[in-house]
Amino acid sequence: MQQLGMGQAINQALLEEMERDPAVFLAGEGVGVGIHASPMLPTTGLLDTFGPKRVRDTPVSEAAIAGLAVGAAEAGLKPVVEIMFTPFLTLASDMIVNHAAKLRYLSGGKSTFPLVVRMKAGAGFGAGCQHSHNLEAWLAHCPGLKVVMPSTPADAKGLLKSAIRDPNPVVMLEDMLLYFQPGPVPEGEYLTPIGQAEIKRPGRDVTVVTWSKMVGVALRAADQLAADGIEVEVVDLRTLAPLDTATLLASVRRTGRLVVLHEANRTGGFAGEIAAVVLEEALASLKAPLRRVCGPDIPVPASPPLERWYIPNEERLMAAVRDIV
Amino acid sequence: MQTATAKKLEMYRAMLLIRRFEEALTELCAIEGTIHGMMILCTGQEGVAAGVCAALEPADAIITNHRSHGHLLAKGADPNPLMAEIFGRATGCNRGKSGTLHLAVPEINAPCTSTVVGAGPPIAVGRAFAQQYRDEQAVTVCFIGDGAADEGSFHEALNLAALWQLPVLFVCENNQYAGAQRFEEHTRAAHIADRAAGYGMPGVVVDGNDAEAVYAVTVEAKARALAGNGPTLIECKTYRWRGHGEADHQLYQPREEILAWQRRCPLALLQERLLAAGLLDQATVAALEAEVAATVQAAIRFAEDSPYPEPPEALEDVFA
Repeated sequence: MQQLGMGQAINQALLEEMERDPAVFLAGEGVGVGIHASPMLPTTGLLDTFGPKRVRDTPVSEAAIAGLAVGAAEAGLKPVVEIMFTPFLTLASDMIVNHAAKLRYLSGGKSTFPLVVRMKAGAGFGAGCQHSHNLEAWLAHCPGLKVVMPSTPADAKGLLKSAIRDPNPVVMLEDMLLYFQPGPVPEGEYLTPIGQAEIKRPGRDVTVVTWSKMVGVALRAADQLAADGIEVEVVDLRTLAPLDTATLLASVRRTGRLVVLHEANRTGGFAGEIAAVVLEEALASLKAPLRRVCGPDIPVPASPPLERWYIPNEERLMAAVRDIV
Repeated sequence: MQTATAKKLEMYRAMLLIRRFEEALTELCAIEGTIHGMMILCTGQEGVAAGVCAALEPADAIITNHRSHGHLLAKGADPNPLMAEIFGRATGCNRGKSGTLHLAVPEINAPCTSTVVGAGPPIAVGRAFAQQYRDEQAVTVCFIGDGAADEGSFHEALNLAALWQLPVLFVCENNQYAGAQRFEEHTRAAHIADRAAGYGMPGVVVDGNDAEAVYAVTVEAKARALAGNGPTLIECKTYRWRGHGEADHQLYQPREEILAWQRRCPLALLQERLLAAGLLDQATVAALEAEVAATVQAAIRFAEDSPYPEPPEALEDVFA
């Protein structure tokens, strides 16, 4: 199977969907001609393939980019727009939160908004807190939005293709460091259903629920814990909204223990929602208190040792697991 | 430019319908328990809605704002489901989800009424982009108020629309107030239309109470857009008679000012012109009044006779 980074997998998904459907177009800052020319990036080469009508470089105007998507989607096009980094969501948020998410409801079901907003996410590249701030919990809080956050290149391809075909607004958060980690990606038609978690590693002793870059942390921690006889089940949510509660609850009922791991800071983070669902539905199955392993409640710092300290790692996860097993 | 007789009568009828529709709403708002929530009317501004929409075809789109009734009626919205939505009924054009503030009528290409001030322009850019992308001979009109021109989204949208030469008309209804702030209290410049130069697009100031003048500049701007020459910012100087909403105490609006603008009533102005030109006579005025009154009464009856939605219906229409 082809080995691609997540950026290349996204690129392939965009290419295939643009070839399949002439209503699909891309817009954003540097989606055509960017300041970086790496073949690992998601939109590299697409301008050459599809031309400037369908690959639209925009001014630095996040509200206009998101509004472009809303208006064009209502008219039947399939916009895939890029907000360069997740913290810039604040500049586009009125269009995404008040319009993409709500206009179908306000139309009484008459209008549809088949749009995709892609945003780079994650910390670890030294740009600091105004480029690194995972806001998936904000987005998942908005009725009318679907929120996906892939951990592997294959899932990124499959989820993006599903997102482009979905008649609803989908936000895809792409951890930028994953762009550069190759993994197997099926060629051609490959769809990952939105709203379906995946057990990336089965295990009997404890469920670790996580997503995006933290799936790798969980899998590496699981390897180490297995040496000590602790079998970790790693549930990759892949989609935060709508949440696959069935897979989540079934896993917790099997293992009786839960750790939720995410890179975003703790307070108001999506781990709280996962915990609440489990406590409401599966409290009786829990053999031990649940644990959250999250970023601390601080902005992401810039200095390398500080930023490394911010991002949850294998040691922190293993400590939480050992605490409850 | 000369406005064809049929267009003049179309504008007159539209303004009459808007005026009587909203006068009925004013009366209904005074009756406790009839209409729930805010009520924002365009009484006194009908010349803009009628003048602009007379220049539009069904394929042209409008994106409107919290003061939307006039735009939607002039674009051709069916008054019955519109009134039912205002009443919060199941037969409303949005099944009770939008109420008076967010009325969406996609079937007449009026898909979005946003109450977020300044949200319309970026969405209109998207709607116009789709028209350009598909080589449609159609434009998008974005109605905004003078307050919306103070939002950052206005700037982003006008810049992008001009850059891409999108077929969009930004129609700013400068009704002299943004909330309780007078125009000169929220903007230093004399005209919002002057900002168009900064984006490289034409800016036009027109008397918004003169529907024929509004129609003429709209026709011109639309022709420019359809020829591939991009957007226009049209500022219509007008005045809102009834405050921001029906609950507005209007303490900040001098009585003399209101009366002065009421003497420049857009409906009366066009009626006088049509009578003077012999395009209208008193009998026709009376007949049109009766027809419009019947339409409004029928809409109210339709709304009153319609059931409220059932609570579980609140869960519908979130996702497609």
